[in-house]
Amino acid sequence: MAERGSFVLEARDLTVVLGGVRALDGLSLTLEPGVRTVVLGPNGAGKSVLLRTLHGLIAPTSGTVSWHRPTRQAMVFQRPVMLRRSALANIRYALAVNGMAEPQRTQVASSALARVGLDPIAYRPARVLSGGEQQRLALARAWALKPEILFLDEPTASLDPGATAEIERVIASIAAEGTRIVMTTHNLGQARRLADEIVFIHAGRAVERTAADRFFDQPASSEALLFLQGELPWK
Amino acid sequence: MFEIFASFGVALGLIGGADPELWAIVLLSLKLSLAAAVAGAAIGLPLGALIAVGRFPGRQALIVVLNALLGLPSVVVGLVVYLLLSRAGPLGNWGILFTPSAIVVAQTVLVVPIVAALARQTTEDAWMEYREQLTSLGVSRLRAVPTVLWDTRFSLLTVVMAGFGRAASEVGAVMVVGGNIDGVTRVMTTAIALETSKGDLPLALGLGIVLIAVVLAINAGAYGIREWSARHHG
Repeated sequence: MAERGSFVLEARDLTVVLGGVRALDGLSLTLEPGVRTVVLGPNGAGKSVLLRTLHGLIAPTSGTVSWHRPTRQAMVFQRPVMLRRSALANIRYALAVNGMAEPQRTQVASSALARVGLDPIAYRPARVLSGGEQQRLALARAWALKPEILFLDEPTASLDPGATAEIERVIASIAAEGTRIVMTTHNLGQARRLADEIVFIHAGRAVERTAADRFFDQPASSEALLFLQGELPWK
Repeated sequence: MFEIFASFGVALGLIGGADPELWAIVLLSLKLSLAAAVAGAAIGLPLGALIAVGRFPGRQALIVVLNALLGLPSVVVGLVVYLLLSRAGPLGNWGILFTPSAIVVAQTVLVVPIVAALARQTTEDAWMEYREQLTSLGVSRLRAVPTVLWDTRFSLLTVVMAGFGRAASEVGAVMVVGGNIDGVTRVMTTAIALETSKGDLPLALGLGIVLIAVVLAINAGAYGIREWSARHHG
């Protein structure tokens, strides 16, 4: 916890070619602690690939992702992947893999569950929970790892409005504790509610990076302007 | 035609009447097949999961070989095990040829490819689903092996039962390495083969009915467990 606040993530000239398609095309981005970043862009712009590459799940074809020091990170996916065991055991598993011993493991897992309001169903098999509950569990599992930076790839894309509001509340409180949030979404209302800054991606490049309150009124790039007009045609 | 019905009647009589000879054979069969299924699972399950999750040179070739081994002619397996276990063979000092242990060895050799090939398929599907999430959590490929095995445990039970079925219905290899010795290595399948050739159809038929019932019960059990797990674990 002591070093919190001091990491720097620097992505330089990232190019990722997947199946012959250039998903990222020379993208550079520096992330430091403090703000909540939402990555916006049209379908296929490379948002998900960017998050996966920063998180280390995809090796860039060229370019580098460098952390100035080892940084605890976690990721929450659009579709939560739960192991065939109880909600609590799913978190305990993640903690065990990361070297936490008992009885601390169960304590931390329980408090993470309580954090997202799932403590009443701690012993329910995780895979029979509703989509919203599973995503909250995924957030609790990520949060239990005490990440300094948390990547979220459209975490509410397949959820109803009630579940979405619940997820947004949890994300905001995780951010409030000092975890760096980097998320993608298709929901512009959500971007407004959660973002301090917007990174707008188009065709595998970061075309602008603007404070959230300015972005929606006065985007700096013509690509973002077109995107917002397409998404919010009444404006 | 009448003879079949008559034999059938006598066979049911043997089963219902707790004929000691019949049940001794049945018990031995189940015991040996269970041992082979357990041994086959102990080797085949981790092997299958390692191939599913691992990335190493020759992986593709190994999958092809494994799938080919599914069609292993059992008499040939019997012959190879016979050569290995025979007095002059490399494992001759074990002294287990023509004992129940030899049967378990041969059955295990037949069960391992089935369990490994089916387990690979099952765990690879799970790995495809889990790979990103587990990697994100910091799980190494080696650490993922027990994870995917445990997570597919209900499906793998069916896999092990398929292995048990293969062991229980095996004739050729069991005949070659066991010798079909009365009261020692005579199991259901070899007894059926022998009694049929001797013309003692009722005993052969009785054993056949028991064998089919056992295989049926096992498959019903496996099906039930899968249904239950799908409802309770998703």
